[in-house]
Amino acid sequence: MTDLTMRIWRGDENGGELVDYTIESQENEVVLDVIHRLQATQIPDLACRWNCKAGKCGSCSAEINGMPRLMCMTRMDQLPEGPITITPMRTFPIIRDLVTDVSFNYEMAKRVPAFNPPPMPEGGHRMQQIDVERGQEFRKCIECFMCQNVCHVIRDHEENKVNYAGPRFFIRYAELEMHPLDTNDRRELVREKMGLGLCNITKCCTEVCPEHIKITDNAIIPLKERAVDAHYDPVAWLGRKITGRKKRTADEAAADRP
Amino acid sequence: MADYEHHSYDVIIIGAGGAGLRAAIEAKQRGLKVAIICKSLLGKAHTVMAEGGVAAAMGNVYEEDNWQVHFRDTMRGGKMLNNWRMAQLHAQESPDRVLELEQWGALFDRTKDGKITQRDFGGHRYARLAHVGDRTGLELIRTLQQKAVSMDIDVFMECKILRLLRDGQGAISGAVGYWRPTGEFITFSAKSVILATGGVGKSWKYTSNSWEGTGDGHAMAMWAGADLIDMECIQFHPTGMVWPLSVRGILVTEGVRGDGGVLRNSENKRFMFDYIAEMFKAETASSEEEADKWYDDHTAGRRPPELLPRDEVARAINSEVKAGRGSPHGGVFLDIASRRSAEFIRRRLPSMYHQFMELAGVDITATPMEVGPTCHYIMGGVRVDADTAATAIPGLFAAGEVAGGMHGSNRLGGNSLSDLIVFGRRAGMGAADYIEGRSGDVQLDAAQVQAIIDESLVPFSREEGENPYDIQRDLQELMQSNVGIIRTGSELDEAVAKLEELKERANNVIVKGNTRVYNPAWNLATDLPAMLTVSTCAALGAQARKESRGGHTREDFPKPDAAFGKVNMVLSQENGGGMNAPVKVDPQPILEMPDDLKVLFEEAK
Repeated sequence: MTDLTMRIWRGDENGGELVDYTIESQENEVVLDVIHRLQATQIPDLACRWNCKAGKCGSCSAEINGMPRLMCMTRMDQLPEGPITITPMRTFPIIRDLVTDVSFNYEMAKRVPAFNPPPMPEGGHRMQQIDVERGQEFRKCIECFMCQNVCHVIRDHEENKVNYAGPRFFIRYAELEMHPLDTNDRRELVREKMGLGLCNITKCCTEVCPEHIKITDNAIIPLKERAVDAHYDPVAWLGRKITGRKKRTADEAAADRP
Repeated sequence: MADYEHHSYDVIIIGAGGAGLRAAIEAKQRGLKVAIICKSLLGKAHTVMAEGGVAAAMGNVYEEDNWQVHFRDTMRGGKMLNNWRMAQLHAQESPDRVLELEQWGALFDRTKDGKITQRDFGGHRYARLAHVGDRTGLELIRTLQQKAVSMDIDVFMECKILRLLRDGQGAISGAVGYWRPTGEFITFSAKSVILATGGVGKSWKYTSNSWEGTGDGHAMAMWAGADLIDMECIQFHPTGMVWPLSVRGILVTEGVRGDGGVLRNSENKRFMFDYIAEMFKAETASSEEEADKWYDDHTAGRRPPELLPRDEVARAINSEVKAGRGSPHGGVFLDIASRRSAEFIRRRLPSMYHQFMELAGVDITATPMEVGPTCHYIMGGVRVDADTAATAIPGLFAAGEVAGGMHGSNRLGGNSLSDLIVFGRRAGMGAADYIEGRSGDVQLDAAQVQAIIDESLVPFSREEGENPYDIQRDLQELMQSNVGIIRTGSELDEAVAKLEELKERANNVIVKGNTRVYNPAWNLATDLPAMLTVSTCAALGAQARKESRGGHTREDFPKPDAAFGKVNMVLSQENGGGMNAPVKVDPQPILEMPDDLKVLFEEAK
């Protein structure tokens, strides 16, 4: 067996550095296995999040050789020879070592106006498979927050975090927008208060998604089109004039709670 | 004197999986001040790992299905050790709970006429599992999480509870814990506490459970004076991954078999036909031809033996491997590749496809999987009242995997997600009713709080001692080899003795590195007392139950014994319990089923 060099970022909110650790390599391991062996034998206090170890919970996100990956789904034998660098996600504040403060995402989740269906008919709603599949793609999201981590709108611009929901929540808004039963109209909200226009479709989020959700093509672009339609479309404007129905403002959408 | 922050609530819920979230929603809807406390981030609980579906007799695929059939399947699957009232409520209420999830935003797979579709699973007579591909648990937790967030329920994430607190009259009064990200201590006063902490699997070497499955709720309940029952009844899921070694134990959904996958040994034989127990002969196919007809039309043939309850299948796999007919890495083959199209497999089992491709480099649409039993679920747990989820301690409730009784000695697949939402809701109602009937403020005993905090800090002050990871590893080895899928008296005696040695070592644990900030060694040191407590309960229960039943198999008592079938193994500690206090084992009669339900079992003979 050969030795591995694991170059791991150690530190806290006050700063830190890359530290090299040497450990024997073992067959068929993923990065998280090596981290666990290091904890058990050399660095008992090495901080790292994990839960399911099967790519289903999205806890163990980190940057492996600079690429955001789930540590539990990254096989060691697929990484290039030489030292393996593991650093925490860069967009979020450091707690310690590989653990970051991802509370930004939980705050954004609170700002999503809830799903608002009509009352349930006897025996449940009827929906066709083809109609639920669009939303199901987005509901595969395991909230690893790697799309948020790579999105340059917040990765390089801390100030945008107050008014930018980020790719994870754009797919949530898209899911609700496309949900066969939802009655709220969040298009003005997502345009005006969630910073949808700041996304310039570089597709970094789609590239890192471990669930292979087509975030940009299937969620963000359609959402942009719908939001713009709602805002500028002269036909829709005329239709509203005739029917007397008003489009929902951002505040009206945000206030809608079941 | 350590400083700590303090919070006051009507109800605190420990655990944020399906049961905890559902309980919180219910209590909040009753107008109470509610907090959820969880060891990980919100939405990461073990519920996300549930794959196949949620069992509910909705009758969307087979109109013949109803709660009585589901009830009967559940009781027979549990080898009649179940709390009949829990099994009844569960079968009656789960369809409404599933529809409620849809009303909260869940998107289940559909039938052609637009209803929620249902799939076949082991031990269920009809296709009964509402599902979303093979990621149903994720759908359930996300739906409940989003509902809870929209209701402004307070969530304390990455917060570990160390002990429960009781007042002078013996009623529950709150809990003490610490924030994992800062290591700072925190106390809660609460009129009621709902335990929803999940399972215990982390004490075994090969398990589908995450690091959180350390039995915190089981242990804290018993330390506080509640009873545990049937802790020997542990489900080894028949199909966990066996290779690569680093992922050994990770779950392979029963949906693979429900959708047509079969088990073969190294001689390419569908061996399950050799393992059909007398109890299931009447409703199980006796030939491959008959079994294969059943998938398309359940009236054309009887069920394939691959879909027997999990305990039966796990034992059969174990026997094949022992007889030298296993796969290269010590499992058997689970083959769906030769039986269904690649397109079908990718659509119905997307996450299994992904999991094997990424972790093992195996394409399950072309090659059979290697699988073997993995420690998955504990049927035993805190003894509760079926209707209210109340424990013996006033104000303490338990729901989900931490509660015992619902599943008897073996749980059917799909009955866990439904258990969470049925009894999560009932625990929320039970707590709310209890609070309406109580009066007076809640007071915490500062000295008691201080003692708990001090005890948790001792590992930092030792000069020398044991590495917590070493103790965990030795515990996992011991439980795997001595309290595993097949047990025997002498090995159980040895386990009980060795657990005492491990407790001695845990009393001398040391945490190096001076920080409490997100320190996994300290976190593990504080999990060890619960892990050792539940392991002791499992070993003692297994020692006392001198029969084989469901998830408890004794080599020296290979048959069920009617006398043991009438008792729960009740485990308890005298006042002032803890890891080091002795555990009493006491067989007590199970709840007697009323005659109008007994009829369901007689008719079927």
